[in-house]
Amino acid sequence: MMRRTALILLAVILACGAEPAVAERLVVSLSNQRVAINSNFVGEELVLFGTIEPDAGKTPLRSAYDLVVTVTGPRQTLRTRRKQRVLGIWVNVDSREFVRVPSYLAVLSNRPVAQIAPRDTLRRLQIGLDNFLLPQRIGPDIADTVRDEPFRLAFVRLQVRQGFYREITAAVTFLTPTVFRTAIPLPADVPTGKYGFDVKLFAEGAMVARTNSALEVTKAGIEQYVADAARDHGFLYGLVTMLMALLTGWIASVVFKRD
Amino acid sequence: MQIYLPIADMPVNIFLVLGMGLAVGYISGMFGIGGGFLMTPLLIFIGVSPAVAVASVASHIAASSFTGAITYWNRRALDIALALMLLGAGIIGTATGVWLFTTLRALDQLDLMIGLSYVTLLTIVGGLMIYESVRAVMRARQGRPATIRRPGSHTWLHGLPFKVRFKRSKIYVSAIPVWAIGFTIGFVGAIMGIGGGFLLVPMLIYFLRVPTATVIGTSMVLTLVTMASATVMHAVTNHLVDAVLALILMVGGVVGAQFGARTGQRMRGEWLRLLLGLLVFAVGLRFAFELVVQPDDLYSIRYVRGE
Repeated sequence: MMRRTALILLAVILACGAEPAVAERLVVSLSNQRVAINSNFVGEELVLFGTIEPDAGKTPLRSAYDLVVTVTGPRQTLRTRRKQRVLGIWVNVDSREFVRVPSYLAVLSNRPVAQIAPRDTLRRLQIGLDNFLLPQRIGPDIADTVRDEPFRLAFVRLQVRQGFYREITAAVTFLTPTVFRTAIPLPADVPTGKYGFDVKLFAEGAMVARTNSALEVTKAGIEQYVADAARDHGFLYGLVTMLMALLTGWIASVVFKRD
Repeated sequence: MQIYLPIADMPVNIFLVLGMGLAVGYISGMFGIGGGFLMTPLLIFIGVSPAVAVASVASHIAASSFTGAITYWNRRALDIALALMLLGAGIIGTATGVWLFTTLRALDQLDLMIGLSYVTLLTIVGGLMIYESVRAVMRARQGRPATIRRPGSHTWLHGLPFKVRFKRSKIYVSAIPVWAIGFTIGFVGAIMGIGGGFLLVPMLIYFLRVPTATVIGTSMVLTLVTMASATVMHAVTNHLVDAVLALILMVGGVVGAQFGARTGQRMRGEWLRLLLGLLVFAVGLRFAFELVVQPDDLYSIRYVRGE
């Protein structure tokens, strides 16, 4: 049944002439479908497994593949600010807004991306931190800049230092020529939300297959309860925190009472 | 042992934060101050964002000043009437401060504002305290009383209209400086995440001539109410109060404060003031250093909004 559906799909694609005949199929699986941030969360390592399968048994499998996994966290708008000395003190003088950029971005591959495909292919498919689209608000426009623009460089550098952005060139290991595995590190302060996994398979410098997967990072238990309360019921939350302070103060004065 | 802070969005070592609470609590108990001017920079230092630090420390100070206020209340060593008038102004000051805090945060200048206020306030107040207490220590060395009593001395502040009598403190002063002091403390507290005890006590002594017997207790009541209301206001406007962080801090803080108070009672007043002056001055210098020295990275990132 599956095979027939795939065949029909293939026929449709061939008929449209949009893509070259797909010879390989990617099957991937994540170690978890959900990451829960609870009170003892200190970061986590996800594992993605996958196999390369010949599609409909048409073409024999090639001998050498390259694989790139791009993980993107929930989108955020962030402002990069630049300090300058004004009257002897360091002040933020200039800033640039990065609009709806991934809060987490990991590019994992089996070898440096520059060796996998020609530059324009990488650019078009947004592979690697240098090629990923990071739109900035410049005046009325929103556009990505050249990759060595100072604000973009600083933004990527800071995000890499924080562990939010990373490019690991030896992260994908081929267990057999067609079975691969990669580990995705999530730092302890990862943003919550939906994470997308974009897996691209290359052979001889061209993309031959692509698949997607996703997981959700959520706060759980007391962490979720507190965060929700702070966001949705600010006044009540503040009042409870204040009462908690008074109670703590009162208990201390009772416990340590001495005369 | 690591614990994840739900609002600061980061894990911290629970014993480190508890230890910070204890240490700052000890100092606050010793000098009769809230200790926010030490706690906020410490939190920023361990990686908590300045905005979350300022908002969460408010509730920590509320807890430790409540313990103190109960002790002074039992000793009848606080002036409720004076505290209430300072409070009225203090709440208006706090509201103005929280509003400015929100505005500056949007303009990317909050960190600078916090830094500059720390530098000016702490170096000036610290310097004055050192000067005053060194003179007192010198006088004590020469065999004269450490503090000069000037019962009849009146400043221009005493010539202002709207005079009010505060019975417990035995003073008769204009309401204008009382309101001005209350407003200033509330305002500074909301912006800097400090209770302002180290500012309020000298102000009450030097400007209003409040006797030492009631000054600390009264200051604690004021600190308690401004910080309690700052907690609620920060929670409503900025959603940045981390209750888990606050709880760990306050538990450490109230315990430390009890031990600090015992040490403080064994020390001579002028030496205590000198030590506090040096501490305040040192923290001020630390902030000045940060503003003047070139930062490691000229760029920084600020979160604007999510999806």
